[in-house]
Amino acid sequence: MTNSWVDIKNTDLVLIMGGNAAEAHPCGFKWVTEAMQTRKAKLIVVDPRFTRSAAVADTYAPIRVGSDIAFLGGVINYLLSIDKIHTEYVKAYTDATFMTKEGYNFDNGFFSGYNAEKRVYDKATWGYEVGKDGFVVVDETMQDPRCVFQQMKKHYARYTPEVVEKVTGTPKASFLKIAEQMGATSAPNKVMTILYALGWTEHSVGSQNIRTMAMIQLLLGNMGRPGGGVNALRGHANVQGITDMCLYSDVLPGYLGAPLDRDTSREEYLKRLTGKPLRPNQMAFTQNFPKWHTSQQKAWWGDAATKDNDFAYDYLPKKDAAYDVLHMFELMHQGKMNGFVCQGFNPLAALPNKKKITAAMSKLKYMVVADPLETETSEFWKNFGPLNDVKPEEIKTTVFRLPTTTFAEETGSFTNSSRTLQWKEKAADAPGEGKPDSEIMARLFVKIREMYKKDGGKAPEPIVNLSWPYQVADAPNPGEIMREFSGRALVDLMSIPDPKKPEEKPTLLVAGGTQLTAFAQLRDDGSTACGNWLYCGSWSPAGNLTARRDNSDPSGLGVFQNWGYSWPANRRILYNRASADPAGKHWDPSRKYLSWNGKAWAGVDVPDMRPNAAPEENVGPFIMNPEGVARLHAIGMAEGPFPEHYEPFETPLGVNPMNTNPKAISNPAARVYKGDMEAFGKAAEFPYAATTYRLTEHQHYWTKHSRSNAIVQPAPFVEIGEDLAKEKGFKNGDMVKVKSNRGEVKAAVVVTKRMKGLNVNGKVVHTVGIPIHWGFKGVTQNGYLANSLTPYVGDANSQTPEYKAFLVNIEKA
Amino acid sequence: MDVKVSRRQFFKISAGGMAGSSLALLGYAPTAAADVRSFKLARTTEHRSTCPYCSVSCGLIMYTIGDKSKNIKPVIMHVEGDPDHPVNRGTLCPKGAGVLDMIHSPNRVKYPQVREAGFSEWKRISWEEALTRIAKLMKEDRDANFIEKNAAGTTVNRWNTTGFLASSASSNESGYISVKTMRAMGIVALDTQARI
Repeated sequence: MTNSWVDIKNTDLVLIMGGNAAEAHPCGFKWVTEAMQTRKAKLIVVDPRFTRSAAVADTYAPIRVGSDIAFLGGVINYLLSIDKIHTEYVKAYTDATFMTKEGYNFDNGFFSGYNAEKRVYDKATWGYEVGKDGFVVVDETMQDPRCVFQQMKKHYARYTPEVVEKVTGTPKASFLKIAEQMGATSAPNKVMTILYALGWTEHSVGSQNIRTMAMIQLLLGNMGRPGGGVNALRGHANVQGITDMCLYSDVLPGYLGAPLDRDTSREEYLKRLTGKPLRPNQMAFTQNFPKWHTSQQKAWWGDAATKDNDFAYDYLPKKDAAYDVLHMFELMHQGKMNGFVCQGFNPLAALPNKKKITAAMSKLKYMVVADPLETETSEFWKNFGPLNDVKPEEIKTTVFRLPTTTFAEETGSFTNSSRTLQWKEKAADAPGEGKPDSEIMARLFVKIREMYKKDGGKAPEPIVNLSWPYQVADAPNPGEIMREFSGRALVDLMSIPDPKKPEEKPTLLVAGGTQLTAFAQLRDDGSTACGNWLYCGSWSPAGNLTARRDNSDPSGLGVFQNWGYSWPANRRILYNRASADPAGKHWDPSRKYLSWNGKAWAGVDVPDMRPNAAPEENVGPFIMNPEGVARLHAIGMAEGPFPEHYEPFETPLGVNPMNTNPKAISNPAARVYKGDMEAFGKAAEFPYAATTYRLTEHQHYWTKHSRSNAIVQPAPFVEIGEDLAKEKGFKNGDMVKVKSNRGEVKAAVVVTKRMKGLNVNGKVVHTVGIPIHWGFKGVTQNGYLANSLTPYVGDANSQTPEYKAFLVNIEKA
Repeated sequence: MDVKVSRRQFFKISAGGMAGSSLALLGYAPTAAADVRSFKLARTTEHRSTCPYCSVSCGLIMYTIGDKSKNIKPVIMHVEGDPDHPVNRGTLCPKGAGVLDMIHSPNRVKYPQVREAGFSEWKRISWEEALTRIAKLMKEDRDANFIEKNAAGTTVNRWNTTGFLASSASSNESGYISVKTMRAMGIVALDTQARI
């Protein structure tokens, strides 16, 4: 979330799309109804199902699964065609005025630079035109056909309300009503928020779904403001924290790009990732990258990381390919992996195409599952009849299952989707011999380290030299660990001499050994250690700030500055400089957040801006971008600088109504493995669109192990609309078989008024809804794993699998 | 002594300096409760926690019973929303309201186990045996497949034949220890639940 849960109460308009907060995030959703009651805010819900969020909405519109960009692109076209945008905001805080390169083009589904063989773009013609001074060329009038604003206008001109209806199935009148309400928040004193979740991310165009919405929020001037933002609700208690710790191959803790095979030296690596301003006076905050990275190396390898050995840069693994979970299981499936450690994760249930996952894990030599519950993954080798039809004697994988604690049995911090770290206490021991993950990892590491010390082996240095200062080596204390990633000064930190005042003596800023208060104190000379710069200051000299419980809200705007600790720098709304106009005054006097007081930025939150940056310096609010402003045109995206509608890989239409290019029906830049393309089904055989979803009473695959949840939602089912039920002759409760080209699920059918066939591109498209919560382990009734059905393809940027739009057939079982 | 306190105040009193002790033992208790039977939370200890399910991260109060004497293990007997928490203000949803049953699920893994290649059943083993065997398997695989330099001669120090998937339910501290140790070993096939 760019904003926070409680901040939703400050809004005038809530859009819920790609999520279902009322059922999936009920206690957060209360801030939506709070805004509706106290501010008379309106709620819009756009969803393939008439969800419980829709049930309390002022406006609901149905949409075909996998067509969100067509809808949102239509909103962009609507806003631009009648000039319902916050022009002053757009000019000052986005790249609308920036000139794009000359060769940039979009033609019939392809952007310029497409390589069909490799399914990737050469991005040479994307991006901004840079002048001789090293800065981007701008057109303040936004009239030049090559400026971002005009390019964007041209791109979305095709997304007329008629086209929106044709592609999405949303009736034109409903679409226009929603676009009009959204457009009304372009007024400087009106703000809209958007709440989304996996209904947007789990598509082969997931990242672009979100980007399209971010573009709308920028055009309406709603970013960085109370009651605004783009808010990802997120699905696990610490999914935000584990993302911030970057337990994934692309990055190191704090989103520091991981070194690549092609980085020949530390110097080159740092150069690649250190930002440089693209416009005058911009902060380009990634200029500090060497400080963050060096401090992390010092936290990890301590005294073994010295200036002479490039701060142990060689110790870090250099990545040669994508190693996201789909790629990992693809490698496993090809027999290229031997071992697999699975910590609190149930991939057999949670990854697409169960058949492929089973085959992949069966090729491993060893697998380790550390989990508090008996997961399906841990018993993938066991026969459960039709629910898991395998032959144990043929599966040669040695499987270890280790008992872990649950949240209740360990001390430490979780980070919620508002980016707030909150400390919790252990209440009891785990049953039996369960241990916290930190202790399991520590014991395993110490064992391996001892083996390398004793017996030697390949490249022992990164292991034997890893800094391990914990009082009990086998069981680091959570407080010790937090102090390490929060960071400390290793020696006395003196002020950096000002070349203009050579006579001034350096003063002591932080005494050696002291915890740091903020990432601004980090240095690149090895004098500071900090495991995760984003979390720097969470354990300051004042103690553990994540354990704070002061729930006072002096401004009344839901800003709890002394409750827990929000990254970065205890900031509660990101980009909050944009809550004020370019001159530094509040856009809306009724929601005063941050303003320029003549000397500094001041308000109810920590400024997301250099505190003394006077408005006339024109320092942009999007400080992490080297351009200082937000991107309407983004070259970082794999499939194009502007989001474009592509059909799901399993499309009920068989064509993309937005183009006539047979190679651009679905995302041209998405990665598809051999065998998976062939496993996609066609509409002739699998005529119904399908989507998976969650229920109010269950959380993923955990609560099926919980008796009270099993009582309220005991048995698997699939959901269809009355029109499809009539067509198929199904009655409520009939047992049905849902088949995709990869597998099948049998369950009772629930016939509701919540889903209806939609008229799309000249045909009626019905949708089958498949709740995900059942499996072959649990205290609920057992059921088929829903992901037996789903396709093995991910978003082209994030590789998040396309669980929310695929094809099935349905028949009586 | 007849003290009339609201339920909310009652919790505040017991949290404020008297955690773990019983109001009844101190000679006063809420009237209604004392007349019928002792209030079931009166002899419990409160622990602050965070709901493990979605990322609203509702504040929880967990109540344990057990008098903290040596060898007495506290048992969580009740969980409810934390009324002081700014987001959930004491409320819980149907998922979170059932969290006690997840903690006490009959399907908790209680001991380290191994399923040997081709076998149909689990076998209970000790932590020592489990971790020693896993450490040996990992070292063996690392030593056999670790890549020190790429074709261009650059030191790359990676190990890509063992993968690691991390939980989104682990604490930040567990996550940090996991990433620190796995990266130090050279693991690149590293991913998390957050991806999906």
